[in-house]
Amino acid sequence: MSPHPASENSGIWKLIFGRLDWSAIPIHEPILIGTFIAVAIGGVAVLGLVTKYRLWGMLWRDWFTTVDHKRIGIMYMILGLIMFVRGFADAVMMRLQQAMAFNGSEGYLNAHHYDQIFTAHGVIMIFFVAMPMITGIMNYMVPLQIGARDVSFPFLNNFSFWMTTAGAVIVMMSLFVGEFARTGWLAYPPLSGIAYSPGVGVDYYIWGLQIAGIGTLLSGVNLIATIVKMRAPGMSMMKLPIFVWTSLCANVLIVAAFPVLTAVLALLSLDRYVGTAFFTNDMGGNPMMYVNLIWIWGHPEVYILILPLFGVFSEVTSTFSNKRLFGYSSMVYATVVIAILSYLVWLHHFFTMGSGASVNSFFGITTMVISIPTGAKLFNWLFTMYRGRIRFELPMMWTVAFMLTFVVGGMTGVLLAVPPADFVLHNSLFLIAHFHNVIIGGVLFGLFAAINYWWPKAFGFKLDRKWGVYSFWLWVVGFWFAFMPLYILGLMGVTRRMRVFDDPSLQIWFEIAALGAVMIAAGIACMFIQFGVSIKNRDKLRDTTGDPWNGRTLEWATSSPPPDYNFAFTPVIHDGDAWADMKKRGYQRPTSGFEPIHMPSNTGTGVIIAGLSIAFSVGMIWYMWWLAGLSFVGILAVAIGHTFNYKRDFHIPRDVVERTEGERTRQLAMQG
Amino acid sequence: MASAPTIDPAFLDKDGKPLFHLEHEPHHPEGSSTMLGFWMYLMSDCLIFACLFATYAVLGGNYAAGPGPKDLFDLSLVALNTAMLLFSSITYGFAMLAVEKNRIGATQGWLAITGLFGLAFLGIELYEFAHLIHEGATPMRSGFLSAFFALVGTHGLHVTFGIIWLATLMVQVAKKGLIPANQRRLMCLSMFWHFLDVIWIGVFTFVYLMGMLR
Amino acid sequence: MSIRKRPAYADSMTVRRFLDRSAFLRRLSPALLLPLGGCDWILMNPAGDVALQQRNLILISTALMLLIILPVMAMTVWFAWRYREKAQAKDHDPDWDHSTTLELLIWSAPLLIIIALGAITWTSTHLLDPYRPIERIDHERRVDPAAKRLQVEVVAMDWKWLFIYPELGIATVNEMAAPVDQPIEFKITSSSIMNSFFVPALAGQIYAMPGMQTVLHAVANKPGNFEGFSANYSGAGFSNMRFRFHALDKAGFDQWVAKVKASGASLDRAAYVKLEQPSEKVPPIYFGSVEPHLFHAALNMCVQPGKKCMDAVMMTDARGGAGKESARDTEGLRHDGTIDVGGFHPVEPGRAGEIAQPAGMTPAAEKTPAEQGHQAPHQQDQDGHEGHHGM
Repeated sequence: MSPHPASENSGIWKLIFGRLDWSAIPIHEPILIGTFIAVAIGGVAVLGLVTKYRLWGMLWRDWFTTVDHKRIGIMYMILGLIMFVRGFADAVMMRLQQAMAFNGSEGYLNAHHYDQIFTAHGVIMIFFVAMPMITGIMNYMVPLQIGARDVSFPFLNNFSFWMTTAGAVIVMMSLFVGEFARTGWLAYPPLSGIAYSPGVGVDYYIWGLQIAGIGTLLSGVNLIATIVKMRAPGMSMMKLPIFVWTSLCANVLIVAAFPVLTAVLALLSLDRYVGTAFFTNDMGGNPMMYVNLIWIWGHPEVYILILPLFGVFSEVTSTFSNKRLFGYSSMVYATVVIAILSYLVWLHHFFTMGSGASVNSFFGITTMVISIPTGAKLFNWLFTMYRGRIRFELPMMWTVAFMLTFVVGGMTGVLLAVPPADFVLHNSLFLIAHFHNVIIGGVLFGLFAAINYWWPKAFGFKLDRKWGVYSFWLWVVGFWFAFMPLYILGLMGVTRRMRVFDDPSLQIWFEIAALGAVMIAAGIACMFIQFGVSIKNRDKLRDTTGDPWNGRTLEWATSSPPPDYNFAFTPVIHDGDAWADMKKRGYQRPTSGFEPIHMPSNTGTGVIIAGLSIAFSVGMIWYMWWLAGLSFVGILAVAIGHTFNYKRDFHIPRDVVERTEGERTRQLAMQG
Repeated sequence: MASAPTIDPAFLDKDGKPLFHLEHEPHHPEGSSTMLGFWMYLMSDCLIFACLFATYAVLGGNYAAGPGPKDLFDLSLVALNTAMLLFSSITYGFAMLAVEKNRIGATQGWLAITGLFGLAFLGIELYEFAHLIHEGATPMRSGFLSAFFALVGTHGLHVTFGIIWLATLMVQVAKKGLIPANQRRLMCLSMFWHFLDVIWIGVFTFVYLMGMLR
Repeated sequence: MSIRKRPAYADSMTVRRFLDRSAFLRRLSPALLLPLGGCDWILMNPAGDVALQQRNLILISTALMLLIILPVMAMTVWFAWRYREKAQAKDHDPDWDHSTTLELLIWSAPLLIIIALGAITWTSTHLLDPYRPIERIDHERRVDPAAKRLQVEVVAMDWKWLFIYPELGIATVNEMAAPVDQPIEFKITSSSIMNSFFVPALAGQIYAMPGMQTVLHAVANKPGNFEGFSANYSGAGFSNMRFRFHALDKAGFDQWVAKVKASGASLDRAAYVKLEQPSEKVPPIYFGSVEPHLFHAALNMCVQPGKKCMDAVMMTDARGGAGKESARDTEGLRHDGTIDVGGFHPVEPGRAGEIAQPAGMTPAAEKTPAEQGHQAPHQQDQDGHEGHHGM
């Protein structure tokens, strides 16, 4: 930020705009200006097209205000994909900087910019890519897999989505107005305290996460209630599809972990806004308290991310091996054990902060113990493949790639859990390589498997195989190119978050890693091309059966995409692999006797409250107290107003159900 | 080796063949998940308080060469305050009994009394805070006072929202009567209100009583 | 954090020997490391006994885990190939989903590995605890109980390292030295932000945290000039927060001490307060004399005149506080905000030659990295102050 005329910063200006002034616009950063112009042009183009084709009404009625879990799921995926592009752009910029900044070169990013980038990369990838995408998949699939019409609290679902989006908007805003945090993704105090980070960056961080966190927490409550209360008749807990089980555990973790994040961020805000002494060095504050609390949230968080994908891999392995899942109950127990143990390991993130040897070894050993159920899961997938008949469609390819990649990440993870080894590897690029190895190899590969697996369910046509295969190989090979060098650099004693280096012998490794990043970029491009090509060729790729993979669970029993009401009749199930069981017993799809179906109505309250939350956060971030105050009152008023609306449901009339089901009957007949 | 699973006789049709769908829509009682959902929300809220209690446990002795609990707390005032909140819980219980009997007037009356007790509680708490701040014992003074104000203040904020909610519900009961939706809402607020009572007992014991013993 | 009772933990020599595996690993490690390109992997080829034992632990744990990882990977590839659809394997059984024997195996195989690894973890964590005084110089030599440990007090500053040798009465910035084979006891703190003190060639890292003291025991076995740095991100100047660690023979170390002593500069409180203001890429600085108890004051955040020391404050707190009247008395208690990191402007790319350096400091007479920059006292008070209220 550059100096600014004092007049702008006084009196009436300050009253209205708080600490916002022209210096907050990064006109001296060509990279940001370029990005801004590109985003602006793109944005105007999109808005223009939407206006030209008069889509606003449709967007508002059918999407923004929808309470349909399927549409909300798709919106989560779109949010995740958009943010993925941003997060990955950050990654490429870091790789480039680190490959360049040798032999006295400062690279092309100054510390002010670079430090924001690595913070934003971490925050965005975890909170606004991985979380929305897993929530999206759970949202879409859980109700279908348990034979429900929607989630327990459909309005809350819409609200959760928009709060998550609002958080993403706040974080994105920091790109062009002001700055983002320069603290690392967990914003440890004292660095993140007001004394050492007086700018708006950490406030953007806090409010972005707080608002999104509310969405995540409520969506967790919602999905647990859905799974507990809305299962189809006959579906006992031990007949739940395994993906539902893993989702249940992940959501229990969400409900049990996110309040801790809310609390710790609230205390940090108090330190920053009011001047309290929770995490300060002086006045009786204790920064270690923050580190403990944030990891009590942070460690379960990584299991929140991975558990649902373990479920996806289980479903995919079983489906494409044409076989029941091996060791279903041991899978369930393993998941539950992992969920519980994830609360007993948080200290392994800071062995090096001077805890005693006994404390360190306790947390080290509990961490290792998690690898036992995880190992059991891996074996279960292996024995599901054993004696199977494996079709190597894209989802299965991603699953095998996951198994081969993830074990390496798991191994280095256990290594990091040995405290004396961690003393030399903590915060090193070895650690970076480790968690990218499990998050990319586990979470991201899982998401790609899920997208390829369930895309035909959501849209009624398969994804193009050729471009999917290109994307797959570029990703898998690119991953190893990008992260193997980081393992090696870690063993060479190179630490994370470095912007410049003085040892020229390191450069070659960073160049290889940059090459890997370029391959991954090509992989991402291929994935988007895959989406484009598939949409273009959708008639050729069309699936009218609703069951393109010879699936095993209930979602494949209905049409693709499923009707608004999911199932014309509430299904009754007798076996864990309900749909496989129905097919085996010669199930006949009913074609008559339809009834009107009771459904929740759409509402705009979620969008409005989320919009007001953005205004509130902007007010708080820039010290525009009037805006914060007004928006807060607005939020309360809209929320209370919403409770006065008692008419929140409607019935889909019998003839509409009959028409929809009749259409499906025709389609099924057509393809014989 | 899994054989064909045995089937619950409830899900066989009259010919003994397995049913794969229900002929008629099962009757999901309106809002059947609400209690479970709200209970989960309460548990998550409980975790927020757990964090605040933990923070108080860690920072509670850091006076930064400032005043400690013995210098600041006025137990008789807090005891009065505790009484207010406990009474409000009892009167809310009476309100719920009136709901059971479907008596709108009595319900509204007890709710109003509950709200007044809540307001009294808040008033006393605000007086206590103002007094402390006036003496220089602000939340900024020390880690102990930061943790104290955060814990007690968060509880107070919850009570404030509880009162706003209570007022809203009274309007809704007046407009719509004790319809099932309103009964459900009253039940949720009841859980919320008693939950705050339980938290307060923790605060009273852990912060005030044990503070005096420190 | 600072004063801790040692757990009454028996040093089991068998465990140590197992961990050490000196003969075995020394013979094995070149073979292991050769294909990996060897010598510039500092963690795999350290110069200190602690780091060496940590290296051995990494190798042992990895080997132990590979016992299960490699078969799993092989099985994955094998099953994927053997049961691919095209192969039409004869033993296809779509309903086979349970085997008690296999389940037992599945759970017990990782369990056994973890039991072994857990035992190693427990013992090695105690043996290699950074707080535990060094008991051996290397795998052959025990530490002479009468010998004194070299005391080094370390303060992480924005963004440089201060080393105080209390017994020698000298101090240095961004350069330190120690005699080979003499155990060193580091006492570590930070002036404002969390850092991590790490010399990979010597021993594992430990955090440097303001107001707290951590301890690290280590010993260097080979002479050399090694890199040290902060392993925890601490703000704009973090990348250049590097120092050199010289492991010297006895004579070399004495010479080095004499050279430092020859510097006329003295590190008193005033100089310390100037030094702790943010600066980056600071070339080594020598101080021929140090005010006594400076580290104690740094640790307790009371170097600046008029500050109350944290230990005194904590004593008052332990007695139940300072009474009602003390509520308004915050004189000398503030520390955060006295170091203006927020207003610090780091060097821009393209102007790499410039070194922001605290005014009035003499750089070491030693040849320093080429750029002996002009002194640019850090620019404060340009902006970034609106939010910087002094609460």
